[in-house]
Amino acid sequence: MNHALILPILLPAIVGALLVMAARYDKVLARVFSLASTVLLFGVALTLLVMASDGSVRTYALGAWPAPFGIVLVLDRLAALMVLLNAVLGLSVLLYAINGWDLRGKHFHPLFQFQLMGINGAFLTGDFFNLFVFFEILLIASYGLMVHGGGGLRVKAGVQYVVTNLVGSSVFLIAVGLIYSVTGTLNMADLAVIVPRVPAADQALLQTGAVLLLLVFAIKAALVPLHFWLPGTYANAPGPVAALFAIMTKVGAYSIIRLYVLAFGAEAGPAAWLAAPWLLPAGLVTLVLGMTGVLAARSLGQMASFAVIGSMGMLLATVSVFTPQAIGAALYYLIHSTFAAGALFLIADLVAERRGVQRDRLVLAPRFAQAGLLAGLFFVAAIGITGMPPLSGFIGKLLILDGVRASAHATWFWTLILSTSLIAIVGFSRGGSLVFWKSHAVNAPSAPLHRGAALPFVAVGGVLACLVTLTVFAGPVHGWLELTATQLFAPTAYIEAVLGTAQEGP
Amino acid sequence: MEFLVASAIGVMTAAGLYLVLRARTFPVIIGLSLLTYATNLFLFATGRLAINQPPVIGATGGSYVDPLPQALVLTAIVISFGMTAVVVVMALRGYLETGNDHVDLPGDASPEASEDDWKLRGRKQADATVKAGGSKA
Repeated sequence: MNHALILPILLPAIVGALLVMAARYDKVLARVFSLASTVLLFGVALTLLVMASDGSVRTYALGAWPAPFGIVLVLDRLAALMVLLNAVLGLSVLLYAINGWDLRGKHFHPLFQFQLMGINGAFLTGDFFNLFVFFEILLIASYGLMVHGGGGLRVKAGVQYVVTNLVGSSVFLIAVGLIYSVTGTLNMADLAVIVPRVPAADQALLQTGAVLLLLVFAIKAALVPLHFWLPGTYANAPGPVAALFAIMTKVGAYSIIRLYVLAFGAEAGPAAWLAAPWLLPAGLVTLVLGMTGVLAARSLGQMASFAVIGSMGMLLATVSVFTPQAIGAALYYLIHSTFAAGALFLIADLVAERRGVQRDRLVLAPRFAQAGLLAGLFFVAAIGITGMPPLSGFIGKLLILDGVRASAHATWFWTLILSTSLIAIVGFSRGGSLVFWKSHAVNAPSAPLHRGAALPFVAVGGVLACLVTLTVFAGPVHGWLELTATQLFAPTAYIEAVLGTAQEGP
Repeated sequence: MEFLVASAIGVMTAAGLYLVLRARTFPVIIGLSLLTYATNLFLFATGRLAINQPPVIGATGGSYVDPLPQALVLTAIVISFGMTAVVVVMALRGYLETGNDHVDLPGDASPEASEDDWKLRGRKQADATVKAGGSKA
């Protein structure tokens, strides 16, 4: 048994608890511990990625209780990729936050660590009930982070966010209960074995459960018509927290990819490809609505939020084709859109800090400090998120357009993806020119032009550097992701790795 | 028994959903509680309804009820209890900071929200007292 598998969960959990108890009043200690833990997490995630690259599926049975009776963690290529993505984004966001955001409220660092723990757990777990538990951990931490720093508007947006997710959790439990009542298992690999054998009389219950589960993941992934919580939440959350939330929508996408390929995939008999007919229209409508929202946004934060919705639509519509090529392309786009959205939220926060009363609203305002540098960064991030050449968004879109060619709905994909790209470009050009260029035309006295610290720029630069790296190494990365998709579509190895541990046990 | 449990779950879910869609935070929180009660009862029922059965396999074998849903319900109860506390605190904080208990954000709230605003009302009352005091003097 390889103990490295549990480190991404254990490390933030221990450090988080330590921070609550020992470093509550000492900001330097809290920052040092939090940063050290996140750097270590990054190292662990890299190790796991290298381990998973050999194509085998590793499992970790907690307390050595064999699956499907005990709890297992499973590491395959997809899980390793998502854990690494989380670690990289987490590290950048933390670098940004320790410049002052972390002191605007209490307990930023413990909450941050628990958030990382919950996200890692959701990526690594091998059964449903633990997926629920880790969802709750990441949500509870996010409730705290969302209202970090306080303020009436933020707390109200936070109440909406909490209520939406509590309803989601209830539906999650009902879905888990339905699936358990039919199959008698909560283990994903065991479920994949049992689903094809479910008698016709129980199919209705099973499929209801599975579609309800899709509903829950769709709330997390902000699919239309369950996206209403996202713009209010992300635009009102503290900047670095919104940037970290860029990966939270991807937790929903990850769960959809994992579950509906593994348990409700080609082998599932009457329940085969259960998610596809729902995901395709929902994804395409989400894409259109998100990108149109970019055009209608009233602030940079809202603009980034709607761009997140649009990119989730594109991602999940591509997933709904359920072929290895499409999933490979979707995964590439997933990495790209996480970094691009994260960078946009951080830049919006930097702008809001410098503009005074206008914050990041799309209204005319006098010039502000470091406007040139920020305009440059915004330009790069906007190129990334709208999918213009030369950055990775363009490559991601090309891969998606190529990946869905075999689909019966390819015309829809091509038309909508290309036309929404244009809408997004118009939206971001409008926002950028209003905030950065037209400020020269305003004669009102400008806000005091004091330069900020360098650390936030290092963080934003780091995220943008990830985009550039993703562009430069697009070939090898996409090759690796295609292998990941192929591994997903051959679930036998996953099932044997998880349930095989049952035979090894005493 | 099946009918009783099923209709209880149904009625509580329906009432919970109705209340969650209300405009003020208090009914929303009550609705959430009802929804979690319904969920817990539902989870409990997924282990099949049986009376006077132990949740473990006895020494003599024989029949037993599935213990796993009971464990799941226990976890779900703990989580929902904690979350109700969190949402109550956040709703209270929102009420105190923005002056009304409407769920909508101030930007797109109904005009009703500002009528209910206790801060504004307090200010109006203060103005009224000042005026009344002024006229007396």
